Amino acid sequence: MRLISYFTVGILFGIVMTKSEAISWFRIHEMFRFESFHMYGIIGTAVVLGAVIIWAMKRFKVKTLRDTFVDYTPMKLSVPRHLIAGSIFGLGWAIMGACPGPMFVMLGHGFGIFALVLLGATLGTFTYGVIKDKLIH
Amino acid sequence: MEFLISEPQSFLNFIRQPWHWSVSGIAIAGILFLMTWMGRSFGLSTAFKNFCNIAGAGKKYEFFNFDLKNEYWRLVFIAGAIGGGFIASTFLSSPEAVAISDATISHLENDFGISYPQGGGFLPESLFNFGNPLGVIISIVGGFLVGFGARYGDGCTSGHAISGLSHLQLPSLITVIGFFIGGLTMTWIIMPLIFG
Repeated sequence: MRLISYFTVGILFGIVMTKSEAISWFRIHEMFRFESFHMYGIIGTAVVLGAVIIWAMKRFKVKTLRDTFVDYTPMKLSVPRHLIAGSIFGLGWAIMGACPGPMFVMLGHGFGIFALVLLGATLGTFTYGVIKDKLIH
Repeated sequence: MEFLISEPQSFLNFIRQPWHWSVSGIAIAGILFLMTWMGRSFGLSTAFKNFCNIAGAGKKYEFFNFDLKNEYWRLVFIAGAIGGGFIASTFLSSPEAVAISDATISHLENDFGISYPQGGGFLPESLFNFGNPLGVIISIVGGFLVGFGARYGDGCTSGHAISGLSHLQLPSLITVIGFFIGGLTMTWIIMPLIFG
Protein backbone atom coordinates (compact mmCIF):
# COMPACT_ATOMS: atom_id res chain seq x y z
CA MET A 1 0.00 0.00 0.00
CA ARG A 2 2.80 2.39 0.98
CA LEU A 3 4.66 1.55 -2.18
CA ILE A 4 1.64 2.43 -4.31
CA SER A 5 1.61 5.92 -2.83
CA TYR A 6 5.30 6.40 -3.70
CA PHE A 7 4.53 5.21 -7.22
CA THR A 8 1.69 7.74 -7.45
CA VAL A 9 3.85 10.63 -6.26
CA GLY A 10 6.50 9.47 -8.76
CA ILE A 11 3.94 9.73 -11.55
CA LEU A 12 3.00 13.22 -10.39
CA PHE A 13 6.70 14.10 -10.35
CA GLY A 14 7.11 12.90 -13.95
CA ILE A 15 4.12 14.94 -15.09
CA VAL A 16 5.24 18.08 -13.23
CA MET A 17 8.82 17.78 -14.56
CA THR A 18 7.40 17.53 -18.08
CA LYS A 19 4.88 20.35 -17.83
CA SER A 20 7.41 22.62 -16.08
CA GLU A 21 9.71 21.92 -19.07
CA ALA A 22 12.58 21.46 -16.58
CA ILE A 23 13.44 18.23 -18.43
CA SER A 24 14.07 20.13 -21.68
CA TRP A 25 17.67 20.21 -22.88
CA PHE A 26 16.82 23.54 -24.54
CA ARG A 27 15.49 25.04 -21.28
CA ILE A 28 18.69 24.13 -19.42
CA HIS A 29 20.86 25.63 -22.16
CA GLU A 30 18.73 28.78 -22.13
CA MET A 31 19.04 28.98 -18.33
CA PHE A 32 22.84 28.82 -18.39
CA ARG A 33 22.84 31.53 -21.08
CA PHE A 34 20.57 33.75 -18.92
CA GLU A 35 18.22 34.20 -21.86
CA SER A 36 14.97 33.47 -20.04
CA PHE A 37 13.56 33.80 -16.55
CA HIS A 38 11.60 30.54 -16.86
CA MET A 39 13.88 28.13 -14.93
CA TYR A 40 14.83 30.75 -12.33
CA GLY A 41 11.14 31.46 -11.77
CA ILE A 42 10.40 27.75 -11.25
CA ILE A 43 13.28 27.10 -8.85
CA GLY A 44 12.75 30.41 -7.02
CA THR A 45 9.03 29.78 -6.51
CA ALA A 46 9.62 26.17 -5.42
CA VAL A 47 12.33 27.13 -2.91
CA VAL A 48 10.49 30.10 -1.34
CA LEU A 49 7.25 28.16 -1.05
CA GLY A 50 9.16 25.03 0.03
CA ALA A 51 10.94 26.97 2.79
CA VAL A 52 7.60 28.24 4.10
CA ILE A 53 6.09 24.73 4.01
CA ILE A 54 9.09 23.15 5.78
CA TRP A 55 9.15 25.95 8.36
CA ALA A 56 5.44 25.50 9.06
CA MET A 57 5.75 21.71 9.32
CA LYS A 58 8.56 22.09 11.86
CA ARG A 59 6.89 24.96 13.72
CA PHE A 60 3.58 23.13 14.15
CA LYS A 61 5.32 19.79 14.76
CA VAL A 62 3.52 17.98 11.95
CA LYS A 63 3.88 14.20 12.27
CA THR A 64 4.83 12.45 9.05
CA LEU A 65 3.09 9.28 7.89
CA ARG A 66 6.07 7.34 9.29
CA ASP A 67 5.44 8.80 12.75
CA THR A 68 8.50 11.04 12.68
CA PHE A 69 8.90 14.80 12.88
CA VAL A 70 10.17 16.84 9.95
CA ASP A 71 13.92 16.93 10.34
CA TYR A 72 17.04 17.38 8.28
CA THR A 73 20.37 15.82 9.15
CA PRO A 74 22.79 18.69 8.56
CA MET A 75 25.68 17.95 6.25
CA LYS A 76 29.19 18.76 7.37
CA LEU A 77 30.11 22.08 5.80
CA SER A 78 33.08 21.72 3.47
CA VAL A 79 33.37 24.54 0.96
CA PRO A 80 35.94 22.90 -1.36
CA ARG A 81 34.06 19.59 -1.39
CA HIS A 82 30.70 21.12 -2.26
CA LEU A 83 32.15 23.57 -4.78
CA ILE A 84 34.13 20.86 -6.60
CA ALA A 85 31.31 18.31 -6.47
CA GLY A 86 28.76 20.89 -7.62
CA SER A 87 31.01 22.01 -10.48
CA ILE A 88 31.51 18.44 -11.74
CA PHE A 89 27.74 17.95 -11.61
CA GLY A 90 27.17 21.26 -13.42
CA LEU A 91 29.56 20.35 -16.26
CA GLY A 92 27.54 17.22 -16.97
CA TRP A 93 24.15 18.86 -16.44
CA ALA A 94 24.88 21.67 -18.92
CA ILE A 95 26.02 19.52 -21.83
CA MET A 96 23.65 16.56 -21.48
CA GLY A 97 20.77 18.71 -20.27
CA ALA A 98 19.24 16.58 -17.51
CA CYS A 99 19.76 16.23 -13.80
CA PRO A 100 18.97 12.84 -12.19
CA GLY A 101 15.15 13.17 -11.88
CA PRO A 102 14.61 14.30 -15.48
CA MET A 103 16.85 11.46 -16.78
CA PHE A 104 14.15 8.99 -15.72
CA VAL A 105 11.32 11.18 -16.99
CA MET A 106 13.03 11.57 -20.39
CA LEU A 107 13.35 7.78 -20.62
CA GLY A 108 9.60 7.61 -19.99
CA HIS A 109 9.11 10.03 -22.88
CA GLY A 110 10.67 7.40 -25.11
CA PHE A 111 14.06 9.09 -25.61
CA GLY A 112 15.95 5.78 -25.57
CA ILE A 113 19.40 7.36 -25.47
CA PHE A 114 18.73 8.22 -21.83
CA ALA A 115 19.42 4.55 -21.07
CA LEU A 116 23.05 5.47 -21.87
CA VAL A 117 22.84 8.60 -19.71
CA LEU A 118 21.57 6.50 -16.78
CA LEU A 119 24.33 3.96 -17.38
CA GLY A 120 26.89 6.78 -17.33
CA ALA A 121 25.43 8.18 -14.11
CA THR A 122 25.58 4.77 -12.43
CA LEU A 123 29.21 4.34 -13.55
CA GLY A 124 29.99 7.83 -12.19
CA THR A 125 28.42 6.92 -8.85
CA PHE A 126 30.35 3.65 -8.78
CA THR A 127 33.62 5.46 -9.54
CA TYR A 128 32.95 7.84 -6.64
CA GLY A 129 32.40 4.89 -4.31
CA VAL A 130 35.71 3.37 -5.40
CA ILE A 131 37.92 6.47 -5.11
CA LYS A 132 36.07 8.44 -2.43
CA ASP A 133 38.78 8.05 0.22
CA LYS A 134 41.22 9.88 -2.04
CA LEU A 135 38.96 12.96 -2.39
CA ILE A 136 38.66 16.08 -0.20
CA HIS A 137 35.63 15.84 2.06
CA MET B 1 -13.70 26.35 -12.57
CA GLU B 2 -16.84 24.21 -12.75
CA PHE B 3 -16.11 23.16 -16.33
CA LEU B 4 -13.10 21.23 -15.02
CA ILE B 5 -15.41 18.71 -13.39
CA SER B 6 -18.34 18.73 -15.76
CA GLU B 7 -16.21 18.36 -18.87
CA PRO B 8 -13.26 15.98 -18.44
CA GLN B 9 -11.99 16.83 -21.93
CA SER B 10 -11.72 20.49 -20.97
CA PHE B 11 -9.82 19.46 -17.87
CA LEU B 12 -7.31 17.56 -20.01
CA ASN B 13 -6.90 20.56 -22.28
CA PHE B 14 -6.51 22.75 -19.20
CA ILE B 15 -3.54 20.59 -18.07
CA ARG B 16 -2.16 20.29 -21.62
CA GLN B 17 -1.49 23.98 -22.15
CA PRO B 18 2.06 25.14 -21.34
CA TRP B 19 2.38 25.94 -17.63
CA HIS B 20 3.44 29.32 -16.33
CA TRP B 21 6.68 29.09 -14.30
CA SER B 22 4.88 30.03 -11.09
CA VAL B 23 2.42 27.14 -11.53
CA SER B 24 5.36 24.75 -12.05
CA GLY B 25 7.15 26.12 -8.99
CA ILE B 26 4.06 25.65 -6.84
CA ALA B 27 3.62 22.10 -8.18
CA ILE B 28 7.25 21.21 -7.33
CA ALA B 29 6.81 22.63 -3.82
CA GLY B 30 3.70 20.40 -3.62
CA ILE B 31 5.82 17.33 -4.44
CA LEU B 32 8.37 18.40 -1.80
CA PHE B 33 5.49 18.66 0.70
CA LEU B 34 4.14 15.19 -0.21
CA MET B 35 7.57 13.56 0.11
CA THR B 36 8.26 15.32 3.42
CA TRP B 37 4.83 14.41 4.74
CA MET B 38 5.47 10.79 3.79
CA GLY B 39 8.60 11.02 5.91
CA ARG B 40 11.07 10.77 3.05
CA SER B 41 13.77 12.97 1.63
CA PHE B 42 13.27 14.43 -1.83
CA GLY B 43 16.37 12.98 -3.45
CA LEU B 44 16.68 11.27 -6.80
CA SER B 45 20.41 10.69 -7.33
CA THR B 46 20.66 8.08 -4.56
CA ALA B 47 18.92 5.77 -7.06
CA PHE B 48 22.28 5.33 -8.85
CA LYS B 49 23.81 4.15 -5.59
CA ASN B 50 20.97 1.62 -5.37
CA PHE B 51 21.75 0.43 -8.91
CA CYS B 52 25.38 -0.17 -7.88
CA ASN B 53 24.12 -2.18 -4.91
CA ILE B 54 21.85 -4.23 -7.16
CA ALA B 55 24.76 -4.88 -9.53
CA GLY B 56 26.68 -6.36 -6.59
CA ALA B 57 29.17 -3.54 -5.87
CA GLY B 58 28.43 -3.94 -2.14
CA LYS B 59 30.41 -7.17 -1.99
CA LYS B 60 33.65 -5.35 -2.68
CA TYR B 61 33.00 -1.76 -1.59
CA GLU B 62 31.58 -0.80 1.79
CA PHE B 63 29.96 2.35 0.31
CA PHE B 64 27.53 0.21 -1.68
CA ASN B 65 26.92 -2.30 1.09
CA PHE B 66 23.52 -1.57 2.62
CA ASP B 67 20.11 -3.16 2.95
CA LEU B 68 18.25 -2.41 -0.27
CA LYS B 69 14.91 -3.00 1.47
CA ASN B 70 15.10 0.49 2.99
CA GLU B 71 15.38 1.91 -0.51
CA TYR B 72 12.45 0.13 -2.17
CA TRP B 73 10.33 3.27 -1.81
CA ARG B 74 12.84 5.26 -3.89
CA LEU B 75 13.00 2.64 -6.64
CA VAL B 76 9.20 2.61 -6.78
CA PHE B 77 9.16 6.42 -6.90
CA ILE B 78 11.56 6.32 -9.86
CA ALA B 79 9.43 3.74 -11.67
CA GLY B 80 6.57 6.21 -11.17
CA ALA B 81 8.68 9.04 -12.61
CA ILE B 82 9.29 7.00 -15.78
CA GLY B 83 5.55 6.24 -15.93
CA GLY B 84 4.75 9.92 -15.38
CA GLY B 85 7.00 10.84 -18.29
CA PHE B 86 5.19 8.35 -20.48
CA ILE B 87 1.74 9.59 -19.42
CA ALA B 88 2.73 13.23 -19.87
CA SER B 89 4.19 12.71 -23.33
CA THR B 90 1.31 10.51 -24.49
CA PHE B 91 -1.73 12.31 -23.07
CA LEU B 92 -0.71 15.68 -21.67
CA SER B 93 1.74 17.23 -24.10
CA SER B 94 0.93 20.69 -25.34
CA PRO B 95 0.37 21.05 -29.11
CA GLU B 96 3.29 23.48 -29.49
CA ALA B 97 6.98 22.83 -28.81
CA VAL B 98 8.59 24.21 -25.66
CA ALA B 99 8.76 27.97 -26.16
CA ILE B 100 12.37 28.88 -25.50
CA SER B 101 13.65 32.39 -26.15
CA ASP B 102 14.50 33.66 -29.64
CA ALA B 103 18.02 34.55 -28.48
CA THR B 104 18.71 30.91 -27.54
CA ILE B 105 17.17 29.62 -30.77
CA SER B 106 19.33 31.82 -32.96
CA HIS B 107 22.47 31.12 -30.92
CA LEU B 108 21.94 27.34 -31.25
CA GLU B 109 21.22 27.62 -34.96
CA ASN B 110 24.06 29.98 -35.87
CA ASP B 111 26.83 28.98 -33.46
CA PHE B 112 26.19 25.30 -32.76
CA GLY B 113 24.27 24.20 -35.88
CA ILE B 114 21.45 22.82 -33.73
CA SER B 115 18.04 23.55 -35.25
CA TYR B 116 14.92 24.19 -33.20
CA PRO B 117 12.46 22.72 -32.42
CA GLN B 118 13.35 19.05 -32.21
CA GLY B 119 11.93 16.33 -29.98
CA GLY B 120 8.98 18.53 -29.04
CA GLY B 121 11.44 21.15 -27.83
CA PHE B 122 12.73 18.70 -25.22
CA LEU B 123 15.82 17.27 -26.88
CA PRO B 124 17.99 18.00 -29.94
CA GLU B 125 17.56 14.52 -31.40
CA SER B 126 19.93 15.26 -34.29
CA LEU B 127 22.68 15.19 -31.65
CA PHE B 128 21.25 12.74 -29.12
CA ASN B 129 20.65 9.58 -31.11
CA PHE B 130 22.38 6.22 -31.20
CA GLY B 131 23.73 6.90 -34.70
CA ASN B 132 25.65 10.01 -33.69
CA PRO B 133 28.98 9.10 -32.01
CA LEU B 134 29.33 12.58 -30.50
CA GLY B 135 25.84 12.33 -28.97
CA VAL B 136 26.58 8.86 -27.60
CA ILE B 137 29.81 10.09 -25.98
CA ILE B 138 28.11 13.19 -24.53
CA SER B 139 25.31 11.04 -23.10
CA ILE B 140 27.67 8.68 -21.30
CA VAL B 141 30.24 11.29 -20.19
CA GLY B 142 27.54 13.82 -19.21
CA GLY B 143 25.73 11.14 -17.22
CA PHE B 144 29.02 10.09 -15.61
CA LEU B 145 29.81 13.65 -14.46
CA VAL B 146 26.32 14.12 -13.01
CA GLY B 147 26.42 10.73 -11.24
CA PHE B 148 29.90 11.33 -9.84
CA GLY B 149 29.26 14.95 -8.81
CA ALA B 150 25.91 14.15 -7.20
CA ARG B 151 27.40 11.44 -5.00
CA TYR B 152 30.53 13.46 -4.15
CA GLY B 153 28.35 16.41 -3.10
CA ASP B 154 25.80 14.06 -1.53
CA GLY B 155 22.83 15.33 -3.52
CA CYS B 156 21.54 16.63 -6.84
CA THR B 157 19.08 19.31 -7.89
CA SER B 158 16.16 17.86 -5.93
CA GLY B 159 18.20 17.15 -2.81
CA HIS B 160 20.24 20.37 -2.71
CA ALA B 161 18.56 23.06 -4.86
CA ILE B 162 14.97 22.27 -3.81
CA SER B 163 15.04 20.30 -0.55
CA GLY B 164 18.32 21.56 0.94
CA LEU B 165 17.64 25.22 0.21
CA SER B 166 14.10 24.86 1.60
CA HIS B 167 15.72 23.60 4.82
CA LEU B 168 18.05 26.67 4.64
CA GLN B 169 21.20 24.54 4.48
CA LEU B 170 24.46 26.37 3.72
CA PRO B 171 26.21 23.30 2.17
CA SER B 172 23.31 23.10 -0.29
CA LEU B 173 23.74 26.75 -1.27
CA ILE B 174 27.45 26.17 -1.90
CA THR B 175 26.66 23.08 -3.97
CA VAL B 176 24.17 25.08 -6.08
CA ILE B 177 26.85 27.74 -6.65
CA GLY B 178 29.05 24.85 -7.81
CA PHE B 179 26.30 23.70 -10.23
CA PHE B 180 26.53 27.14 -11.84
CA ILE B 181 30.35 27.28 -11.91
CA GLY B 182 30.36 23.98 -13.80
CA GLY B 183 27.30 24.78 -15.91
CA LEU B 184 28.53 28.19 -17.02
CA THR B 185 32.00 26.84 -17.81
CA MET B 186 30.44 24.14 -19.98
CA THR B 187 27.93 26.43 -21.70
CA TRP B 188 30.20 29.40 -22.40
CA ILE B 189 33.68 27.86 -22.79
CA ILE B 190 33.62 24.11 -23.50
CA MET B 191 30.49 23.77 -25.66
CA PRO B 192 31.63 26.48 -28.12
CA LEU B 193 34.88 24.48 -28.51
CA ILE B 194 32.95 21.27 -29.22
CA PHE B 195 30.20 22.66 -31.47
CA GLY B 196 31.78 25.89 -32.72
